[in-house]
Amino acid sequence: MLKKNISAWLAGLLFGVGLILSGMTNPAKVIGFLDIAGDWDPSLMLVMVGAISVSFFAFRHAKKRTHSYLNETMQLPKSSQIDMPHIIGAATFGIGWGMLGICPGPALAVLAVGGYEIVLFILAMLMGMELHRLIKKQ
Amino acid sequence: MEHFTPWSSLLGGALIGLAASLMILLNGRIAGISGIVGGISSAHRADIPWRLAFIVGLILSPFLYGRFAQLPTLHLEASHLHIVLAGLLVGLGSRFGSGCTSGHGVCGIARLSIRSVIATLVFMGAGVITVYLTHHLN
Repeated sequence: MLKKNISAWLAGLLFGVGLILSGMTNPAKVIGFLDIAGDWDPSLMLVMVGAISVSFFAFRHAKKRTHSYLNETMQLPKSSQIDMPHIIGAATFGIGWGMLGICPGPALAVLAVGGYEIVLFILAMLMGMELHRLIKKQ
Repeated sequence: MEHFTPWSSLLGGALIGLAASLMILLNGRIAGISGIVGGISSAHRADIPWRLAFIVGLILSPFLYGRFAQLPTLHLEASHLHIVLAGLLVGLGSRFGSGCTSGHGVCGIARLSIRSVIATLVFMGAGVITVYLTHHLN
């Protein structure tokens, strides 16, 4: 019980350092990546290449196991259904992402060092997430 | 491509991949930020501590990063309405789309999930269009 919280904490810490080092917490860099008609910055492509090439092996190994190394049930997403809410959801997320160049991970990673604007963004994001829960409940 | 930072982005990405690997191999969970955060309010009680631990690690990450390099800062040049709207769309969209850049863009693609590949293409496409409309059509 304690171990899985420590490993989650460590993973969060590493994840955040990776986000900062990679440039993902810099909105100008994210916009630069999405701005293919302007001065395109392909850096974020390399963030994905780095992240995927490392975790690919972990997931390949995880698929063969029923339990994790801390004896937790392996919870890999089973659903492969692609329906309209998913597509609209992904598109909605992309619009919000393109508006500011911030997504959930980087927002939390700079929460403690950013200005009040990032607090505002995170509060609105949490409201959006709660709104989804309320809509789903009905 | 004057802002291109291939090495730091690749290395930062590798750290993100390492964090995602820790999460799946030790905790049996996907390191998807919108899922970890957005799932808190509807999670089982036993599932709340590790989520909070991950988020605390993420929030503390700039201080670890700051020991080796200059602490990142963030200032958003946008109106309050713009920030709130972007946050709402990011929160709502990532939950309806079952993931954001981390859950679909990194973990999903690393798992070779077709659903995640499609979601990633959709939100990147929506981001590209949004940036084009807001930056090139004035």
